[in-house]
Amino acid sequence: MSARESSFFNMLVTLVLVTGTAALSLGFVYQLTKEPIAQARIEKQMRAIRSVTGEYTNDPLQEAYEVHRQKGEGQKFRRRHRGGKEDQAAKKATEEEVLTFYPAALNNDQQVIAISTYSENGYSGLIELMVGIDANGAIRNIEVVSHLETPGLGSKIKDKAFIDQYIGKTAENFDLRVKKDGGEVDGISGATISSRAFSEAVKQALDAFNETKK
Amino acid sequence: MKKELTYKETFTKGLLKENPVFVLLLGLCPVLGVTTSAINGLGMGLATMFVLLMSNLVISLIRNFIPDKVRIPSFIVIIASFVTVVDLVMAGYTPALHEQLGIFIPLIVVNCIVLGRAEAFASKHSLLFSMIDGLGMGVGFTFALVLLGGLREILGNLSLFGYKPWDMDGMILFILAPGAFIVLGLIIGFLNWRKSDDSKPKVEKVEKSVAQP
Repeated sequence: MSARESSFFNMLVTLVLVTGTAALSLGFVYQLTKEPIAQARIEKQMRAIRSVTGEYTNDPLQEAYEVHRQKGEGQKFRRRHRGGKEDQAAKKATEEEVLTFYPAALNNDQQVIAISTYSENGYSGLIELMVGIDANGAIRNIEVVSHLETPGLGSKIKDKAFIDQYIGKTAENFDLRVKKDGGEVDGISGATISSRAFSEAVKQALDAFNETKK
Repeated sequence: MKKELTYKETFTKGLLKENPVFVLLLGLCPVLGVTTSAINGLGMGLATMFVLLMSNLVISLIRNFIPDKVRIPSFIVIIASFVTVVDLVMAGYTPALHEQLGIFIPLIVVNCIVLGRAEAFASKHSLLFSMIDGLGMGVGFTFALVLLGGLREILGNLSLFGYKPWDMDGMILFILAPGAFIVLGLIIGFLNWRKSDDSKPKVEKVEKSVAQP
């Protein structure tokens, strides 16, 4: 085996050297990849925005703003079950949700707002969506940014067939709940929870949009 | 070492004879977890291969410098460093694949096959042999993951490497976790059947004749 004896001093020096070198080289790689990682993140965001807004000439990322609002009923319900009694202050803080609005304008004429929304009630947790809403409050398109749903079942929320039923709908003319809950959304069979969370996130975006318009 | 090592054997043993997935059954967590498609399997395999190769290289280089009592912590730090490098590079340059593989990239650290090769091979052999061993094992691992991912993708989604000739649904079962066990079990069963078929056909015959009254 090793040529060096396992004395305290030898072990100390070895571990310090090994961990020190590892830390240094990792810092170096981190610096190298920092830029591309940030770039990749922005690109992903831009792609999602473009797919829900169509053509635009401004820079939605630059003009983005955040909208804070109370959590919808569905999300509150889940919180109450999860959170303990003790940290009331922390609970209050989490009951507020933050949506980011990305206004997209074609030749200074604002047409569509892309809203980054989410639901924590997916089958396996967080579902992030980008919802494009036009000036009349109708949904233009929806893009799934990230999800953890079951492949082949819940992951069908990404399918065009499912998303198409939302397109052109407004908060007034469409009940954004799955049929099982008395709404009008045709949920994915075998994936009611995913469909419900998806609709919840879309509703959140629509409500936020209508509130800010007033 | 009683038997003389050859480069060829060091490399090829990882492919089938000591294939980490099909024969050693090591590192099954990522094997079962990420192989929902061929491309995922390929990405995971290549990431693991890089870590195997680099950790074997470094560990073989410093094997005489590390005291026995602290060798495992040292190996783990080295392996974890290379895994973090892979994680960062993938996040920067292949964001889509990085998202698909998710938590399984950081989990390469605890993949038994990596520490296994470090402890069993790289800490006892010279630089070149250790690298060839890492490469062979990595290729074997990648091959296994692509095979498993490919079969699951074909059965579960009727596509291969994202290419989908028909617009039909496959058998979703094979994309889900149980499908991984079923396909892996069938592959291992097939390999074992082939092996027993070639090496000892006579034993089987004897058994059969005994069983028949």
